Amino acid sequence: MGLDPRVLWTPPYGGWLVEGILTTLRLTGVAILGSTLLAIVVSMMRMSTLRSVSMPARAYVYFFRNTPFPVQVLFWYFGAPHLIPERFLEWLYAGDFEFLAALVALILYTAAYIAEHFRSGISAIPRSQMESALSSGMNYIQAMSYVILPQAFRISLPPLISEYLTIAKNSSVAMIIGVAEAMTMARRVESYSFRAFEAFGAVTLFYLSLSLLTSFVLNWYNRRYLALITADERGKKRRKRPIGQAKRGLGWAGRP
Amino acid sequence: MGWTTLGDYLQFLMLGAYPRGPLGGLALTIYLSVAAGLSSFGVGLLGGLARNSSRKYLRVPATIYVEVIRGIPFIMVLFWFYFLVPRILQHSITENTAAFVGITFFFGAYGTEIVRAGILSVDKGQVEAGLSSGLFDWQVMLFIILPQALRNMIPSFVNLYVSLIKDTSLIFFIGVTELTGAATQVMRREVATTVPVFILLFAVYLILCSTLNSFSDRLEARLASTS
Repeated sequence: MGLDPRVLWTPPYGGWLVEGILTTLRLTGVAILGSTLLAIVVSMMRMSTLRSVSMPARAYVYFFRNTPFPVQVLFWYFGAPHLIPERFLEWLYAGDFEFLAALVALILYTAAYIAEHFRSGISAIPRSQMESALSSGMNYIQAMSYVILPQAFRISLPPLISEYLTIAKNSSVAMIIGVAEAMTMARRVESYSFRAFEAFGAVTLFYLSLSLLTSFVLNWYNRRYLALITADERGKKRRKRPIGQAKRGLGWAGRP
Repeated sequence: MGWTTLGDYLQFLMLGAYPRGPLGGLALTIYLSVAAGLSSFGVGLLGGLARNSSRKYLRVPATIYVEVIRGIPFIMVLFWFYFLVPRILQHSITENTAAFVGITFFFGAYGTEIVRAGILSVDKGQVEAGLSSGLFDWQVMLFIILPQALRNMIPSFVNLYVSLIKDTSLIFFIGVTELTGAATQVMRREVATTVPVFILLFAVYLILCSTLNSFSDRLEARLASTS
């Protein structure tokens, strides 16, 4: 059998694939927003000196990072309805429950990782900066928002962006509960048209172009901004632990 | 409620149909993780050497392999192997083989990056010293660079194995009855066991992954203090 890309613009197959890609993008977009907001709250809680505040955040990060994402997706779809009161359930099932379950899973799972990136970004700023900000008359909130956080944000932006790419890749797991995202649609096209190579090839190219875009953005950012910070702040450190960079993020593509 | 029913299926969840049928459940998860972990380490080692090679015909294919695999989701790699490779080979392969090959191929790409970073982490002076003492370049790599690089890579590889174990829970989708696959079957047969099965699933994966994670943290702390 030869390769026949015409199947991609034959109705209804082309429309299905576009629909699937749009669903993937929608899922990814909302999850990026939700997980970033949640991660800000969690990382702030984790750094609190009050144990009653930091412990729940620690437990949250520990649990969601040490259990498989696919099992979490299955849980929100199959398990959670057993724990939700009947009245709510009717309302939930009336909407797009598959999409909602996948979204909740993506947000909760990714926020646990992003919170750790925020935390390590803040702890990368030397303690002396906080001390000098405080001794120059700022209060804690001012020192945080004018001195520490702006720098921490720049440091944690690259891992954050590759985490966003990971969200896009992880959203494909939503296929196992039947969300009509790109992978699901590729399979549907395949099972109707028997054109596996074309269908999966198109969606593979979609994911590849997303990651190519991410790597361009990251390279540009690293050259333009991060080099400035790391040159004077962390330049001395860089040669000391190069393997640490390999551990934290495997470059732009994030974790598997 | 479903806990007593869960007891009836405990052996199935742990071993699958093993004594009378094929291996499954947690045992298959561990078996596949170890086997695919070893093979993806092998792929990573070869890939990492190729990516650092000065020979273009080794470096370019290795780079393309890594960049393409890391740009697509694991489930996509799994589908390529499960649906498409059999068509190219003109004969079917079992789900377990497809899963094994898919995991190896996918995690091998991430392993390649770890090996590459590990080799780059060894000081360049070591290469020069090795070459000027009369060793060939492959001898320098094999006897001087790799032993030091491998030691630095251990924590990164342990972290990768945590991801690998977690991702084996996705292969139930192509019909492998590892732990998650067995669990979905139990849930389908006995709806009352749903919540207990999930609690069991989370607990087992949590123990597996957090043990490995704390192992890698301790290892990294020890390596950092000795180097």
